[in-house]
Amino acid sequence: MAIPTKFELKMGVATREAFGRTLVELGRENPNIVVVDADLSKSTMTTYFAKEFPERFFTCGIAEANMVGVAAGLAAAGKIPVVSSFSCFLLNKSFEQLRVTVAYPNMNVKAVGTHSGISIGEDGPSQMSVEDTALAGALPGFVVLSPADEVAARALVRLMIQHQGPVFLRAGRPKVPIVYPADQKFELGKAIEVLPGSDVTLIGTGLMVAEAVRAAEILDGEGISARVIDIHTIKPIDRECIAKAARETGAVVVAEEHLVDCGLGVRVAQVVAETSPCAMEFVGLQNTYAESGSPESLLEKYGLTGRHIAEAARKVLARKR
Amino acid sequence: MKQKKSLAELQAIAKQVRRHIVEMTCAAKSGHPGGSLSAVEIVVTLFYDVMRHDPANPDWPDRDRFILSKGHGAPVLYAVMAMLGYTPLDQLNTLRKLGSPYQGHPDKRFIPALEASTGSLGQGLSVALGMGCAARLDRKDFRTYVLLGDGEIQEGQIWEAAMFGAYHKVDNVVAIVDYNKIQLDGFIKDIMELEPLNDKWRAFGWHVIELNGHDIPALQAAFAEAETVKGKPTVVIAHTVKGKGVSFMENNPKYHGVAPTPEELEAALKELA
Repeated sequence: MAIPTKFELKMGVATREAFGRTLVELGRENPNIVVVDADLSKSTMTTYFAKEFPERFFTCGIAEANMVGVAAGLAAAGKIPVVSSFSCFLLNKSFEQLRVTVAYPNMNVKAVGTHSGISIGEDGPSQMSVEDTALAGALPGFVVLSPADEVAARALVRLMIQHQGPVFLRAGRPKVPIVYPADQKFELGKAIEVLPGSDVTLIGTGLMVAEAVRAAEILDGEGISARVIDIHTIKPIDRECIAKAARETGAVVVAEEHLVDCGLGVRVAQVVAETSPCAMEFVGLQNTYAESGSPESLLEKYGLTGRHIAEAARKVLARKR
Repeated sequence: MKQKKSLAELQAIAKQVRRHIVEMTCAAKSGHPGGSLSAVEIVVTLFYDVMRHDPANPDWPDRDRFILSKGHGAPVLYAVMAMLGYTPLDQLNTLRKLGSPYQGHPDKRFIPALEASTGSLGQGLSVALGMGCAARLDRKDFRTYVLLGDGEIQEGQIWEAAMFGAYHKVDNVVAIVDYNKIQLDGFIKDIMELEPLNDKWRAFGWHVIELNGHDIPALQAAFAEAETVKGKPTVVIAHTVKGKGVSFMENNPKYHGVAPTPEELEAALKELA
């Protein structure tokens, strides 16, 4: 598909790769940063940190519950522990530990889940994380971050470490297009308007931001002006930005690589309902697990592409008052 | 602050702690007296004789740490912390009431001097080992003690943590198992046997000390021995009696999670006079 210059997206590195590289930079700046791992460092990319700071890297073996507990203890004694695994294991296997030993006493633990969503591809549903932002968002005091590209990942990892308190950061496995200029500024809790627009708002997070840009391009060809918003901080959510978009465009589509039952869309709908009620559509995984396949084929089959977002936009525009 | 007390003084303190436990659980009309009474000598020996800590300076970075992983034993910890001046002694009988610092299970939000919020079993050993790793990174010599319930160590996370502690040689952490042989639904042996417990911990790479958990000199000797053990963590398997010190509560599974009635309290206090 030929992309017009104004929507051009160059391919970047995976957000997990940007996370791993940034963590090493931060490790050089701050000796209190430590990493706790459950035998996935070569996949979550904490392996870079392990190579440079072996004494600050704690292997737990394949034991996620203990991993999170150890991190809580390190945090209680003044360290800034980063625990990392596939999102599905980190949130599902150690949710109880994130709840009781991290969230409840408000420990300064940074939980980074990689391989989120269905775009991990061939490994299939047992490794796919499609409920992580719901689970992390259900932990009082947690900040939930979801970078769209390598620029966002580098900035958000840095902000994650600077923030005092528990954070979950959702990273992905595949390379993703670069949405942002290298000098883009990020602020926790502050959404970013990626493209201006007045007819409809397309809200995305993670790799769905790039898909929303592609949808805006399709809609642009039909004479529809679509605003694209990146919710890189799912919690606390940027109420002002969402309310303004709902008020000004009167139609909102939310797209996420997550189950729609409990994800970003639900949170956005809550804000829209409380501020500027309008027609909405939701693009995401619909009450199902995915399957094995290439990332592209899965995103296509399960309705998570720019084309699907554009289709949802047409539907919501038909209902717009 | 290292407090030196005679054995008779420590035993008298233990008796006073027991009185507080039965009084506060009776006042609360709920709670877990049995597993609090079984751990009295362990907690008293640690706080009054072994640990370096200062109730006037609970944030002291070099203090020794204590985690009550079996969080339902909160009354024993509350009584000891209150008697030492960490928390108000005159509010012990507000246990489990709205707004009380003495929440149903230990809650750091209400008592900042607690090292961890506990109550969901199986998690304290991991947290203690994290503290031990942090101490080593910072080249500090504080030690971390974590009290586990016997039923609690049926949790899988305990054995994940046991592997971690041995593999990473976290020798500044001591786990104590309050081995009173009873859990909520009955006797351990009828629910999920732990034996051979000593062999299990040894196989997991820990230095094991087995003793009578009501014998204060034995506990003192064990904690001193643990300080000399390098390259592996120590577990103290403390054989105890659930409900210890109150005849009708001893070895009676009922008092795992049932508070004494006012009549039972009166009888208990007579025995603890």
